[in-house]
Formats: sequence, C-alpha cells, structure tokens
Amino acid sequence: MPIRVLVAKPGLDGHDRGAKVVAKALRDAGMEVIYTGLRQTPEQIVETAIQEDVDVIGLSCLSGAHMTLFPKVMELLQAKGIKDMLVTGGGIIPMEDVPRLKKAGIAEVFGPGTTSADIVGFIKKNVKQRT
Amino acid sequence: MGLAEKVASGDRRAAARLISLIEDGDESIRTELADLHCRGGHAHIVGVTGSPGAGKSTLIHKLAREWRQRGKTVGIIAVDPSSPFTGGALLGDRIRMQELSTDQGVFIRSMSSRGNPGGVAKATADAVRVLDALGMEKVIVETVGAGQSEVAVMDVVHTVLVVVVPGLGDDIQAIKAGILEIGDLFVINKADRDGVEVAQRELEMMLELEGEAKGWRPLIFKTIARTGEGIGELVDNIEGHWDMIKREGLLEESERQRCRREVLELLKHKAVLALLSEYGPDDFDALVREVARRKLHPHDAVEKIMEKRKK
Repeated sequence: MPIRVLVAKPGLDGHDRGAKVVAKALRDAGMEVIYTGLRQTPEQIVETAIQEDVDVIGLSCLSGAHMTLFPKVMELLQAKGIKDMLVTGGGIIPMEDVPRLKKAGIAEVFGPGTTSADIVGFIKKNVKQRT
Repeated sequence: MGLAEKVASGDRRAAARLISLIEDGDESIRTELADLHCRGGHAHIVGVTGSPGAGKSTLIHKLAREWRQRGKTVGIIAVDPSSPFTGGALLGDRIRMQELSTDQGVFIRSMSSRGNPGGVAKATADAVRVLDALGMEKVIVETVGAGQSEVAVMDVVHTVLVVVVPGLGDDIQAIKAGILEIGDLFVINKADRDGVEVAQRELEMMLELEGEAKGWRPLIFKTIARTGEGIGELVDNIEGHWDMIKREGLLEESERQRCRREVLELLKHKAVLALLSEYGPDDFDALVREVARRKLHPHDAVEKIMEKRKK
C-alpha cells in the first residue's frame, strides 16, 4: 500500500520550491503525495489531512512563523483525536527551535542541507501503517 | 459501529478511511461496501473530463461553490495519474480547490489512478458510493485528463462534462473519437481566449453528426472558470440534464448499463485470476515464453489455458 503524504505550506511565505522538490522525491520513492499549494491555514491543513486520510503530514515554512504554525497544527490534530499521523517539518528553522517543536509533537525537523534520501528514509522508518 | 454506519451518520474520518481501504483492495470491508450500495443511489454523479490544462480543477472548484450557494453538499473525487515506474503519484488537484477545504458541506478526495487506464481508478466507483452515503448530494469525478480513450468515467457517473479550450483546433480533433460520444455537456473553458468561435463551430459540427443517440442533444457552453463567468448557466443545465434523465425514465436504464459494465469488469478481473491460478503460474510463464519465442500465437496460448479448464 503506498504511503500517503500531505505536503503542506502553512503561513504566508510564497516559496514552495523546497516543498515541490520534496513532494517529487516522495513520489519517486513510490508514495502518493497530495500537494495543496501555498498559504494554508492550520485548519485547512488538518481538514485536508482528514479527507485524504494521509499517513504523514510534511509541513514546510520559510516565513519564520513555524513556532506558531507547526504547534497549532499539532493542537488541531489532537483536538480531533488524531494520533496516528506522522508530522514532520522543514524550512529555514533555527536549531534552537527544534527541541520545542519536537516537544509539540513534530517527529523530525529537516533543515537546509537535508537530502531527499534522509526524508524518504525517515518517513519509511517511522510511518504508522494503517490498520 | 461499522465504518459504513459511521459514514452514514456523517463521520468524515470514517469516510476517508473507508476510501483508503477500498483503494488498498481490502477484502474485509466487503459487507460494508454492500451495505453502502444497498442504502445508496441518492447522489447525482457528475464526471468532468478533458485534456490536461483545460481547467478541469478550476471549473470544478467553481461548480462546487455554485452548488454550495444553492444549498447542495458536494463531494469531489479528483483522479491523477500514478507513475508507471515507481507507483508513486503527485496529486495536485486540490491546489485549485483550497477555498473549499474547511467547508463541512464539501468532501474532497485526491486519488491516484494506480495504473488503471481509462481516466479513473479502480476504487473510484466505490469511493463514489462512500460520498453518496456520507450525504453528498452532488458527487463530481475529475478524470486524469488524457485524451481519446478516457471514457471509463461514463461507467461511474450520470452526467458527463467534456472540457475543451479554444486555440487548439487540433485539440478538439484529438478528443473527437472517444470522448465526444460520451459528453452530455461540452464546456469551452478559457473563453476569453482567441478562437472561441472556431472551437464552438467545430464542436457543433461534430455534435451534429452524432445526433441524439442518448435521447439528449449535447449542449455547448462557454465559461471562464477563473472568473466564474458562465458557471451559473452551466450549473442550471447540469441540473437540467439530471432532471431530464429522471423524468424520461433514463436513469434506471443508465444505472442498469453502468452496473452491467461494473459487474463485467469485476468478473473479468476475478475470472482471469481464477483461470491463472488454475493453470498454474509456472505453466503460464512457460506458455508466455513460447509466445515470445514465436512458437505460439497469443490466441493459441489462451486456447490452451481454456482447454485445460474444460478437462
């Protein structure tokens, strides 16, 4: 069964080159990738994740608002009782923010210099298979 | 509570999960699917097909918005192609529908074709049943967006929209073989571009030749989906087609035909698997090798498989 991944861009920045590169890498690794485009609210992302029944949400943010937006996504997921989705983050994210993001439930943060293989490998290893 | 019952009570997560299980070919949900089928049949199912870049996703976004304004709930199944090499897929139809994503009267599902030819996925028909059971009054199926042979959508829907764009005279030529015959309504989208009249004339001429084979003379509309121009009129006429097939007793006949094709399709799949397992995979490989070595024609290979069965 292909792993289903939502690649989402919360917030207001207009840079989705990175998200698109990741989306393509995941597709090439045999996954089904839903890409939603720019400027998504956390509410839109969570509702989309529900309708698409994804196994993974990959959040990409380059605006600097990740400390607000990523935990907000986690909060909404929890409010909906969703615990089985793997959520990762990426973008220009300072190292010192990573522990707090992980504490909020982001499984891993992929900063600049991450290879596609790293991301694919992490998802394959950590995804919870549907039951 | 079973998944089918949860779906019928409006549980969106259950609907989403059930569609995943359908896509995965999970056998354990058979009774749930039967349940859905027996309760279902309320939604008006609309297919939208046409070449890539014709504006199908944008048009569907506007159709859904119009229907929401008219108080209808809308389900959307957007099929995109899977990679023949990795099986992966990039599903991007939602990009143009994001405005609808938090509307609880809308349910959008992206679907990979998973190698299925014909413009829809194997799971599409059952996914439509799920959205029907979820209470979606209109269910829109967006096809992969290829060309001539993308006619499988007619096995899933009541009303077929074929979307074309002006300025590509050859585009209409290209679709005429298969798709032209299945369209109930034709939409010339991006109608602010040059060449609208030419496109309309060409379509009219081809439709003239088709006649009224389905008891309905296909209509042609001009839209600019981006701005929403022409959408209201288009929706009026999609409703008109739905009213007509119900009024003229065509619905029952169309359901019968669609079910017939679906049963045949499933039977073909099962029968092939049964025949192959009876013949034995190794013997089958040997047979294929003989065909490849040009000792045997494919016809005769099939004959051998059938003969063994008779014995």
